[in-house]
Amino acid sequence: MTHHQPKIDTSPKVSDEIRKTTCYMCACRCGINVHLKDGKVAYIEGNRDHPVNKGVLCAKGSAGIMQVNAPSRLRAPLKRVGPRGSGEFEEISWEEALTIATDWLEPVRKENPEKLAFFTGRDQSQSFTSFWAQNFGTPNYAAHGGFCSVNMAAAGIYTMGGAFWEFGQPDWDYTKLFMLFGVAEDHDSNPIKMGIGKIKARGARVIGVNPIRSGYNAVADDWVGITPGTDGLFILSLIHELMKAGKIDLDYLARYTNAPVLVNGDPKSPEFGLFLRDDDGKPLVIDRKTGKLTAFDKPGVRPDLHATHRAAGITHRPVMHLMAERYLDKQYAPEAVAERCGIKAEKIRTIAAELARVAFDEAFELEHEWTDFRGEKHKTMTGRPVSFHSMRGVSAHSNGFQTCRALHVLQIILGTVEVPGGFRFKPPYPKPVSAHPKPHCGVNPGAPLNGPHLGFVQGPEDLALKEDGSAARIDKAFTWENPMSSHGLMHMVISNAHAGDPYKIDTLFMYMANMSWNSSMNTGGVMEMLTDKDENGNYVIPRIIYSDAYSSEMVAYADLILPDTTYLERHDCISLLDRPICEADAAADAIRWPVIEPDRDVRGFQSVLCDLGARLKLPGFTNEDGSAKYKDYADYITNHERRPGIGPLAGWRLGKKGLTHGRGAPNEAQLNSYIANGGFFAKHIPEGSNYYKPWNTAYQDWAVEMGIYDSPQPYVFDLYVETMRKFQLAAEGHGDRQPPDNLRERIKATMDPLPIWYAPFEDGNVDPVEYPVHALTQRPMAMYHSWGTQNAWLRQIHGLNPLYVPTKIWEANRFAEGDWAQVTSVHGTITVPVAHMAALNENTIWTWNAIGKRKGAWALSEDAPEATKGFLLNHLIHELQPPKGDGLRWSNSDPITGQAAWFDLRVKIEKVSAPSESLPAFDSVKSPVGQGPDHLEWKVGK
Amino acid sequence: MTQLPEKTDRKLGLVIDLDTCVGCHACVISCKGWNTENYGAPLSDQEPYGGHPSGTFLNRVHSYEVQPLATSAMPHPAAQLVHFPKSCLHCEDAPCVTVCPTGASYKRVEDGIVLVNESDCIGCGLCAWACPYGARELDAAEGVMKKCTLCVDRIYNENLPEVDRVPACVRTCPAGARHFGDFADPDSNVSKLTAERGGMDLMPEQGTKPVNKYLPPRPKDQMDQIDVLAPFLAPVMDEPKGFLGWLDKALEKI
Repeated sequence: MTHHQPKIDTSPKVSDEIRKTTCYMCACRCGINVHLKDGKVAYIEGNRDHPVNKGVLCAKGSAGIMQVNAPSRLRAPLKRVGPRGSGEFEEISWEEALTIATDWLEPVRKENPEKLAFFTGRDQSQSFTSFWAQNFGTPNYAAHGGFCSVNMAAAGIYTMGGAFWEFGQPDWDYTKLFMLFGVAEDHDSNPIKMGIGKIKARGARVIGVNPIRSGYNAVADDWVGITPGTDGLFILSLIHELMKAGKIDLDYLARYTNAPVLVNGDPKSPEFGLFLRDDDGKPLVIDRKTGKLTAFDKPGVRPDLHATHRAAGITHRPVMHLMAERYLDKQYAPEAVAERCGIKAEKIRTIAAELARVAFDEAFELEHEWTDFRGEKHKTMTGRPVSFHSMRGVSAHSNGFQTCRALHVLQIILGTVEVPGGFRFKPPYPKPVSAHPKPHCGVNPGAPLNGPHLGFVQGPEDLALKEDGSAARIDKAFTWENPMSSHGLMHMVISNAHAGDPYKIDTLFMYMANMSWNSSMNTGGVMEMLTDKDENGNYVIPRIIYSDAYSSEMVAYADLILPDTTYLERHDCISLLDRPICEADAAADAIRWPVIEPDRDVRGFQSVLCDLGARLKLPGFTNEDGSAKYKDYADYITNHERRPGIGPLAGWRLGKKGLTHGRGAPNEAQLNSYIANGGFFAKHIPEGSNYYKPWNTAYQDWAVEMGIYDSPQPYVFDLYVETMRKFQLAAEGHGDRQPPDNLRERIKATMDPLPIWYAPFEDGNVDPVEYPVHALTQRPMAMYHSWGTQNAWLRQIHGLNPLYVPTKIWEANRFAEGDWAQVTSVHGTITVPVAHMAALNENTIWTWNAIGKRKGAWALSEDAPEATKGFLLNHLIHELQPPKGDGLRWSNSDPITGQAAWFDLRVKIEKVSAPSESLPAFDSVKSPVGQGPDHLEWKVGK
Repeated sequence: MTQLPEKTDRKLGLVIDLDTCVGCHACVISCKGWNTENYGAPLSDQEPYGGHPSGTFLNRVHSYEVQPLATSAMPHPAAQLVHFPKSCLHCEDAPCVTVCPTGASYKRVEDGIVLVNESDCIGCGLCAWACPYGARELDAAEGVMKKCTLCVDRIYNENLPEVDRVPACVRTCPAGARHFGDFADPDSNVSKLTAERGGMDLMPEQGTKPVNKYLPPRPKDQMDQIDVLAPFLAPVMDEPKGFLGWLDKALEKI
């Protein structure tokens, strides 16, 4: 046949309209252009103007069209009619649902507000949900940080006033060496990918530290296949090498950190290990120019890293001395750590040398004049082009807090934080601990809590304890068990409520948290706790209210379901009061708005809370005449003021002379301005203010003008965290507030004010010879938590999650393709399909997280591979450590922050004959939404 | 059987950078979304919520493990993972076109894009058999052959802003691993990238002369190579006391 070329239309109409909003297919919060045809979503692409993703979009984002049309969407409020866990519900009206909720919650608030436990999972409105809980008066509120990455967040804030991801980012424009540790690939997902692409294009190098060489580690120039739980030891060895070679930024350490601050060195003193302070409480240093004792921040002072000071018979030494003593010790020499870390000593040396070479030999200057907080003018800004990023991998261990601290100390001794080429904060960070609230737990029946729930303790006096010393909170956050638990411990709520430890509750109210499945440790046990009855035949946890947009596994365990909308059908604000979308060069926030209307009887959860708050007459939600203060969440976003002039959104507020940004009165048309601007607001930090931010007076003044601070908040980085020393002192017997005896030794050992490494608790709780293998999960870049599996397009990419087994274990067990293995921990056993992976730490097995599904959930058929071959590692991990014989319940968490220690897990593995499906298998639940269609030919504009 | 044009005016295609592709599948789903809504029949899905979900995709990412051979400089090289996106390569000598019994498969004269005219396609599947790359998929609902169109309905689309007139996969790629341009123009971005980075043909031995090129991953794990090790750091002292002496001297120099 001769060449025949038909005429085709190369300029078809793309859509009727583009509506710009914010993605919610994961936590990344990219800007999206939603193309509509006939009012229906036809195509989703990235918004080129958006500060987060600059036009690109990941697989999840593009698959949003399958999410908003998912058959698993809940359709109407549900009231449980069968036994808990059966999935038997009847649809009810919103009026009935809200009346039930009000009737349950009103007496709780009047008599005992703490009997409500209100916890939110994948919540991006925490400043709002916490405000609601505070108004209700319960101390029992938190979001999911405790089982996610609180170690990373808290270690960052306690060390340098900010952490990774939402708190800061590598300086992609100038960095030449980027080192990343244990990254969850769905956090800051597009910006990290964009950054890696950008720096590789100009020849910068990437070092990946991760037991698993997938994703970012697959493209890393050098891979460090570290043994899980030993990152801290590896980092301290790098610090050892750098200090020993004098490759540390002394000028930076003297000026911008507490390395020169003098520490009481008398072991007999009740202030041993605390800072020497002046009458104003300011930490003291020796001025190198005068040799005199001086407040650290006095104009003109040149803090001395070397000189000591003797007063009243006590020698005070600068933190720098303590660091030298600690980290030059041979226990941190590469040879001493190599075997435990699974990294050759030569490689540790090579990496240390490369870090030093790039930080110091490739240093550069930017011609930006700036003035520091001591009043000194600097002609240029020194750049040190080494940057780091880290996430959940190092965080989710029982030694995670100290490991994250160690990583920050490494960044700081190289002088790479807030300098060109290094790591940069994003507004509202940098923000010192002192500028954060402390936790509050003061309950008054019928009235609001005495302050915000969550915060940053500065000593034993800030713990959330009752007068009898018992935990004030159901999750035991801010107790001696985990004093610095800034995000709460959501993973302990159900277990503690079931055990009545520290007390029983009446109502468990949860939002977007799949606690009967992938969001809990000990999943089967949690299902039993949720359905367990007391001797009178009543549920041990009497009432459960749950809000979700989809038919998740958790739905079956609630008594009342408040169906949420999808992310394209709702208002949201991604607020500077909360977890905003800022970049290092700009303050930014964003909204979601209903780009389509729901076709079901569902309501945005935040609007429902406004309604419920008014029905319960919560002061923050009720006008003086008793009427509802906010008709919906959009009304709250527009009109709520947290402080005068400061609201949920910073853009387009009303100033004295018209529209303004940052501080200003509410503006009724604010959301329209956001919509017209593409769904977000961004205000750029002026050049010269955008580095050295914690110490840069120009930045500090700009932040005050924007309403980020009420006054300038300069501070120095805390290499040495004095707060931790205060808890150690208490454990040593000093002070009025004393820990229980059973915790003293652990507090002394773990709450060291300078980063240490100790083996993950699991290593001591189980026999490492019997359980020699580490087991991990990762989230795929193309799927997020459990949400992705209902997605018709994404489940074709990640519908199966085999257990990946390294060559050594594969060969030792004579595994072959298609084989199954039994994997056993001290807590449980699973039987699952295996696959070989060579690019993997030789003692580590892993799988993708949250692909396994319960039969009947998510509108999938019962033979869906997610339900028959998919599985969760969660069955192997208990929320408690194994019993120690003392009758106490020891949570499987970091002893400092309470972070769930998911990745401490040790297992053994053996080949077994293939069962008919993955084990454990659970009965199916009745789907409240039926099952999805058996074919799709999706085309809106037919 | 169908004839190829003797020559094409331009050679539009993709450069895919295997050094930066992180395997995120963004291109896969962006492609699925655009091409479900646009050119020809939607890309259908069978059992989308069932036991054997299977749909039509014009672009897929496969991941391959690579075990480098041991050398004296690297006696125990670590295994590597390469993410490999694959779609139609718009070959100059496209066997899928010449095998087509109805003329439905054709290569455009103006830009070299290989397309299927769905109204002439009888779904015989010969082209999929002929393609050595497995780049064509027969849509189970429509019964016609689907393949990458290089977003022919985007790249010239006057309803799109000029900056967006690139294939959906290129516009969306977060890592910037996909580049679009004209290989007939030696000064184009894709020609330059191919020259600078040693861009490669996929399976050149098949004689298909693919237009798309792959940029190979840069050498990895150089830190493990014994002979290229940078010098280790030289200690300034051994004991903490020695460090403090060094510290005092070093501070004097600041």
